[in-house]
Amino acid sequence: MALLQVDNIHVYYGSIHAVKGVSFEVNEGEIVTLIGANGAGKSTVLNTVSGLLHPRSGSVCFEGKNLHGVPPHKVVEHGLAQVPEGRRIFLQMTVEENLEMGAFTQPGSTIAPGIADVYRRFPRLEERRRQIAGTLSGGEQQMLAMGRALMSRPKLLMLDEPSMGLAPILVEQIFDIIKELHAAGTTILLVEQNARAALNVADRAYVLETGKISLTGTGAELMASDQVQKAYLGG
Amino acid sequence: MSFLSYLITGISLGSIYAIIALGYTMVYGIAKMLNFAHGDVIMVGAYVCFFAMAGLSGQMEAGSLAAAVVPQVAGVLLAMVVCTILGVVIEGLAYKPLRQAPSLAVLITAIGVSWFLQNAAQLLWGAAPKNFTSIVSGAVSLADGTLNISYVTMLTVVTCLVIMVGLTTFIGKGKMGKAMRACSEDKAAAQLMGINVNATISVTFAIGSALAAVAGVLMCSAYPTLMPTTGALPGIKAFTAAVFGGIGSIPGAFLGGLLLGIIETFTKAYISTDLSDAIVFLVLIVVLLVKPSGLLGRFVPEKV
Repeated sequence: MALLQVDNIHVYYGSIHAVKGVSFEVNEGEIVTLIGANGAGKSTVLNTVSGLLHPRSGSVCFEGKNLHGVPPHKVVEHGLAQVPEGRRIFLQMTVEENLEMGAFTQPGSTIAPGIADVYRRFPRLEERRRQIAGTLSGGEQQMLAMGRALMSRPKLLMLDEPSMGLAPILVEQIFDIIKELHAAGTTILLVEQNARAALNVADRAYVLETGKISLTGTGAELMASDQVQKAYLGG
Repeated sequence: MSFLSYLITGISLGSIYAIIALGYTMVYGIAKMLNFAHGDVIMVGAYVCFFAMAGLSGQMEAGSLAAAVVPQVAGVLLAMVVCTILGVVIEGLAYKPLRQAPSLAVLITAIGVSWFLQNAAQLLWGAAPKNFTSIVSGAVSLADGTLNISYVTMLTVVTCLVIMVGLTTFIGKGKMGKAMRACSEDKAAAQLMGINVNATISVTFAIGSALAAVAGVLMCSAYPTLMPTTGALPGIKAFTAAVFGGIGSIPGAFLGGLLLGIIETFTKAYISTDLSDAIVFLVLIVVLLVKPSGLLGRFVPEKV
């Protein structure tokens, strides 16, 4: 049984049919990526899994449980965490307060060890722990957003465009961190426009095109595919 | 000495505005709405306290210590409980269904709730003013009797300070308080953290309304005329104070309330009683022209 099973979801914004029957699965221990152009519906899919949006039809099952009707703040308790597009950290709160918010659903005793874990992985955040998050650089903000999501000890970490707006060297760093997290046993669902970087780390990948999945395969297969080469890799 | 006496009166009046303004500013900060019914919750709180005190003092032995303490304490607590429930119910019935609605719809609803409360009060308790018995009587006389400070004045200022410190600590350090700040910044991100945004908004209304009850009792203890419209003007002025200090900012509400009370009192004393409200609002206009975000407010550009 897959950890996350998304089955034929249709999602609308008012009358706009944004996701038109998307199905995919993420197995435990995998890195799965959804790639596609701007507006293909990638973030819509993630927000539907997180419960922020509701599918008009189709289902999202996590560990075999249907998440239908589960409000977003309860989805976290099931072990799903999302690092939203644009990071969406709490800019007026300190770095450490942001991390505490990430552990909102966790028992109080696990917060301090959780924060220590995040600082071990992201030493830069520890240096800036008392700083207001809005003063961090883009790369640091992305680290904070990832650290904050890890605070809920998720079984599945969903990353929405973690490389967006970052300098190439930082993009490389962020992808190194994704690999590390994966090596440490975290299952990851990665949404990216940066197809090359995403396919490089992914076990499996899905190409999303105007609300539908047009292609699927292993990361290496898609990297070699003519269609992907032409459309997303500039080859 | 009269200057000092006016200043003390101003600080006391300002403390009442500050307590009311805190309710406005918290609700605005988290629910992003102006709860124009907030002033009328004050009035309800004062009525509840009035009737509780009247009912209980009849039961007590006249002149006993219990008669001097129990009705007042019970009256304040009951007013806080009733207003807390009222605030949560108003939010749940009137505002929550409009969470996705345009802010103008919410604003009009809030004005509707305000009118509803005033008319309900008139229906229940009549339009004739009641003479509110101060929860503490007496005064201390200083400087050979030239400076009198009533106990109500002292109680008001101390209560305001305690509320200010308590609320700052709660928002700054408490888990719920931090969740409120998170909701205030980004509701979707807060939900992704596992924060129940609706519950957080309810708690905000509960706290704001309990503070409104306290403000109502203190205000009517200092200015004893209680009628269904009693909360309206102080409500508007406290809203002004919240905007003056920077709406959404807790220290801003405190500072705005105090300054407003002091300006109003000095205007009454040295310029004109009739013009005091006009001058208070003039000051607001000038401040907003110079600093549109208010004294301590942050200017946050709308994201497009």
